[in-house]
Amino acid sequence: MSIFVGESTRLCVQGITGRDGMFHARAMIEYGTNVVCGVTPGKGGQQMDGVPVFNTMDEAVSATGANASITFVPAKFAAGAILEAAEAGVDLVVAVSEGIPTLDVAKVYQRLGELGTRMIGPNCPGAISPGRAKVGIMPGWIHSPGPVGVVARSGTLTYEVVDQLRRVGLGQSTVLGIGGDPIIGTNFIDALTAFGKDPETEAVVLIGEIGGTDEEQAARFVSENLDKPVVGFIAGRTAPPGKRMGHAGAIIAGGKGTAQEKIEALEAAGIPVADRPSAIPSLVAAALGRD
Amino acid sequence: MKIFSQYGLPTAGFDVVSTPEEARYAAEKRGGRVVVKAQVHVGGRGKAGGVKLAHDEDEAFRHADAILGMDIKGLTVEKLVVAEAVEFEREYYVGIVVDRASKRPVVMVSGEGGVDIEDVARVSPEKIHKLTIDPRGGVTADEAMVLAGNIEPRPEIALQVADVILKLYDAFVGSDASLAEINPLVVTSDGVVRAIDSKMNIDDNALFRHEKIAALRDPSGETDEDRRAREMGLSFIKLDGNVGCLVNGAGLAMTTMDVIKIYGGEPANFLDIGGSSSSDKVLAALEIITSDPKVKSILINIFGGITRCDDVARGLIRALESTSIDVPIVARLTGTNEEEARKLLAEHDLVTAETMDEAVEKAVALARGAE
Repeated sequence: MSIFVGESTRLCVQGITGRDGMFHARAMIEYGTNVVCGVTPGKGGQQMDGVPVFNTMDEAVSATGANASITFVPAKFAAGAILEAAEAGVDLVVAVSEGIPTLDVAKVYQRLGELGTRMIGPNCPGAISPGRAKVGIMPGWIHSPGPVGVVARSGTLTYEVVDQLRRVGLGQSTVLGIGGDPIIGTNFIDALTAFGKDPETEAVVLIGEIGGTDEEQAARFVSENLDKPVVGFIAGRTAPPGKRMGHAGAIIAGGKGTAQEKIEALEAAGIPVADRPSAIPSLVAAALGRD
Repeated sequence: MKIFSQYGLPTAGFDVVSTPEEARYAAEKRGGRVVVKAQVHVGGRGKAGGVKLAHDEDEAFRHADAILGMDIKGLTVEKLVVAEAVEFEREYYVGIVVDRASKRPVVMVSGEGGVDIEDVARVSPEKIHKLTIDPRGGVTADEAMVLAGNIEPRPEIALQVADVILKLYDAFVGSDASLAEINPLVVTSDGVVRAIDSKMNIDDNALFRHEKIAALRDPSGETDEDRRAREMGLSFIKLDGNVGCLVNGAGLAMTTMDVIKIYGGEPANFLDIGGSSSSDKVLAALEIITSDPKVKSILINIFGGITRCDDVARGLIRALESTSIDVPIVARLTGTNEEEARKLLAEHDLVTAETMDEAVEKAVALARGAE
């Protein structure tokens, strides 16, 4: 088992003939992901390494039975691409694009709720269930199958943490980057809910950062609803207030959203919080009773 | 204020000036009694002494003279707003934000205007009335009237407040704002509603479709380094320490700063070179970092995913060959194409590290040794 992506994922790559789309489609296929089709308007009928390309998501889904999509579409056009995928009937859209206007994401999110489509992202690296499927841009080789679920707001920091876990032989059920934007389709609670139901996941690593209150809400959820151990890490203890730290959503505004508040909320919920990535593996091992 | 009046919001008359003489003229034009306000893009101007009432044009001159050049939260006041002083009997707050938790815009009104709304939220949250909006539909006239009725019992004035809410929502959506607020929205002694002060934050991601707003970007307060970083697509924030940082990814960049602190050092900056980085970006980033004389060592922390370590290494080598960097560099490049990067860097004068902790420890020690 795993969450959101796995053996049953039949993936469509939106923007498959573009530079990034092609590069990552190949990497996902190489990893073993079942990439069944691609979409690029105007390029229908072509093939990319044997993968059929369609003009629209509707055609792609009816011809191939794709049930998930990943968008490599420029930010200006990404909201439309996400909607098109959802309207065509896929269950999951992974939105990698960075820089989609926030109000566009808000509108798309409302519609996806009505259609029952899950969005991961935007501005995220995607999700990987090691050994089964990679729907994202993360380097596959650092991951290995195992009992640890990982959910994070940032990309390369997640790779750093997964690499630390790899060094001590702790594999992962699913590793999920939920994105650095103010409005995202899947938040910590959604991921924790799914990890809670996944029999393979025995512990969860939650990697948060400054900005918003998603970590505080996750802390409350863990203490009330989750009977699996969680280990936390929060980036941005030294971030100055009022400055946007790279991610559109990473900002301490009006004294709210500091790392300190988040760390306190997690600790109050009984979640141990690592002070640096290299301290995470031993906390996870302890949580799994392997120390 | 300009954007607000374009959407038909009833703003008080105002001029933007940059000398005390101009302030005197602007005050005279409005009959002498005016409010002189520092135009800096931070909150808390009133508390900092940047907002003053003048009873005549001479007093406006003196206030302008005192406020110009003042330092408010690190920003120097270079411009002033001279606004008509409106006599009022009530002060309200009206604001719209993108609410991250509900993932929708939220309209907020309060009968407690003219003070910091965050203080009201802390002390008496029941005095703020909120309505969550479906972004596909917007605010209806009925919803606006219900909100207005919460703070203003007189129907003829509540109607004006409702109209302000509707127009503010139009301005919010039309400008792709993340925040739009009027504080205070006043009721004058003759029963007319006027916006006295306002603030709008625009979503950077949407600036591509708002050329006019993008042109309003205030370059004061932006250093040469900030501008260069923005033009090169680098996320850069200057800090006070002596360990320069060059990292890929926002989360990893923040974490690198945090770990520097754990090892007893102080980061000189936040710098995220972003994904799929070219060697040009790396070169520009190094030039920006080394332009700070306080920097005593540079820490390069790259976890290659889309970013390829060999690209970063090439940029680094170009920087070493084209500019004279006289501070030690610690490079930790891991992930995609790390082997190629290692080979490229082998013959150059760099300290290398396998892990983030090791790299940070070395960079902090080098910076300390140089002080």
